[in-house]
Amino acid sequence: MAQVLIRNLNKMYGDVHAVKDVNLEIRDNEFLVLVGPSGCGKTTTLRMVAGLESITSGQIMIDDVKVNDLPPMDRDIAMVFQNYALYPHMSVYDNMAFGLKMRKVGRADIAKRVQEAADILGIGDYLKRKPRQLSGGQRQRVALGRAIVRHPKVFLFDEPLSNLDAKLRVQMRVELKKLHTRLSTTAIYVTHDQVEAMTLGDRVVVMKDGLVQQVGEPLELYHTPANRFVAGFLGSPAMNFAAVRVHEADGALHAGSEGFRIDIPAEIGPRLRSYAGRDVTLGIRPEDLQLANGSHPPGLCFEAVVELVERLGAESLLDLQVGRQTMVASVEPTVRAQRGEKLRFAMRPERVHFFDAASEKAI
Amino acid sequence: MIEGAKWRRWVFFYIPLGAFVFILLFPFYWMLVTSFRPDNELYRPWMAPNYTPFWTLHPTLDHIRFLLGETLFSTWMLNTLIISIVATIISLFCGLLAGYALSRLNFPFAGSLGTGIFITYLVPQTLLFIPLADIIRNFRLGDTPWALILTYPTFLIPFCTWLLMGYFKAIPKELEECARIDGATRWKAMIYIIFPIAVPGILSAGIFAFTLSWNEFIYALVFLSSPAEKTVSVGVTSELIRGDVFFWGALMAGALLGSVPVAMVYSFFVEYYVAGLTGSVKG
Repeated sequence: MAQVLIRNLNKMYGDVHAVKDVNLEIRDNEFLVLVGPSGCGKTTTLRMVAGLESITSGQIMIDDVKVNDLPPMDRDIAMVFQNYALYPHMSVYDNMAFGLKMRKVGRADIAKRVQEAADILGIGDYLKRKPRQLSGGQRQRVALGRAIVRHPKVFLFDEPLSNLDAKLRVQMRVELKKLHTRLSTTAIYVTHDQVEAMTLGDRVVVMKDGLVQQVGEPLELYHTPANRFVAGFLGSPAMNFAAVRVHEADGALHAGSEGFRIDIPAEIGPRLRSYAGRDVTLGIRPEDLQLANGSHPPGLCFEAVVELVERLGAESLLDLQVGRQTMVASVEPTVRAQRGEKLRFAMRPERVHFFDAASEKAI
Repeated sequence: MIEGAKWRRWVFFYIPLGAFVFILLFPFYWMLVTSFRPDNELYRPWMAPNYTPFWTLHPTLDHIRFLLGETLFSTWMLNTLIISIVATIISLFCGLLAGYALSRLNFPFAGSLGTGIFITYLVPQTLLFIPLADIIRNFRLGDTPWALILTYPTFLIPFCTWLLMGYFKAIPKELEECARIDGATRWKAMIYIIFPIAVPGILSAGIFAFTLSWNEFIYALVFLSSPAEKTVSVGVTSELIRGDVFFWGALMAGALLGSVPVAMVYSFFVEYYVAGLTGSVKG
């Protein structure tokens, strides 16, 4: 039960500006995910909240208390590390009890709380084992258990699922979400995996080069990305981008490049008017490209040559050559497309994005 | 393991291994045989018809009896033991703290300081004993166990620091960070988490330090003069070689008994010691 406030947070490593003016407000009980490519400053931000890195400038407040200069032990936080960081010389029980012992909790109380956490996580049978006798998934649970026995104000997760195999990762992701619902504690979660970010986060913070790119609910980021980076980072397969030029003809706007031309939907027309005659980037997600039939507005249809068909079962991905650009379309698995075939596709007008070619900001 | 035909295994594995073991163990065997060989056999010329250099048919305990009864051997053993143990404890304690600090605390010049400590280890003792002798004299420590207890750490501390530094570096940083988030101070995290994990490293540093001080010769020779203060390595060689007379039987018996404690220490801790040298920390 706590809110975390991050104000104008900066971190310099010598000349390297790793975290630049980060401002975030993490609400009580919120699950906030920091996501971004490696080296974007997300882990550094988390470690500053934990107190493991010094703060170059700015403020971190936990429940209205400035914690900038508090040692980690006095911040009432718990952290789960990527490599679990279980104490190899202690049993599972002692691993979980360590934090409570350090805080001088009574023996009986420790036993009760460890048992409680072990029951929640289903590791009651392994309490006497040493970490090396456990599988990756079990170790992950112990690491979680060690965090939850303490009933901290804030949970910090530093890529906790990265060391698990793909199947286990999905399973643990679900459990983590359930656990958070059950414990309702404020949590900050760092990952480079956009799927984890989208599925776990109440809100997601996308970072790049130390800067916050956008903060919002997962679908908000997905559908209205603030810039080209966010648009391309979230979603798999990634959004298609095409360099196009805006033209004005007969009062209507068009966008196109060699061998490819569409009408700009009326809803976004006004915003793009000032770009007439200039280059912009068009973005469209693979699932927003559909095989054209009569019902689609002809202005948003275009022809494309199928270069490759990837059948994934639930969907098929078509690699397309559109004029000089390449795009990926996600279509129903029933579509029988052949390599080299020429097909007509339509864009969903409300899902077409435009980005400034220079600043990469959404228009 | 060598694969393939039987002769390959013999040529490339058993025979080289056997030769290696023979070369390593033969001096010990020679020491053992000489300790129990009666004097008349010891000084028999090599061309005598009953010359048997590799075994004896009349084993005797005379040399050991002479060593324990007529010389101060047991005093030397006790001296060596006390000096080695105290010097090892001092060096291990300083080495632990220094090794931890150099590997974990990011203070300015930590790297160059570490290298500096290593370089002091490279200064040969044969040079260092000259200034040290002066210091020992100034502090009036000559001919007391303190002369060695305080000088052995000059080469043991760099050695322990360097070995433990490497070992601490191999322990994931997250373990300590996690402990500190769990509510431990840096000091407690060190005591409860890092040191217990580093036990193999600490033990091997301790074993090495103990062995080095047990076998040390130059400082012991220079700083101690009265027979009752000597250590085994100096006592045996200075008291059992009188002029050009070598008491071979007693010399070898002294060497044999003197190497027993070291052999025992090694055999007790061999597993830890191997783990410490290969530096395996499993998370």
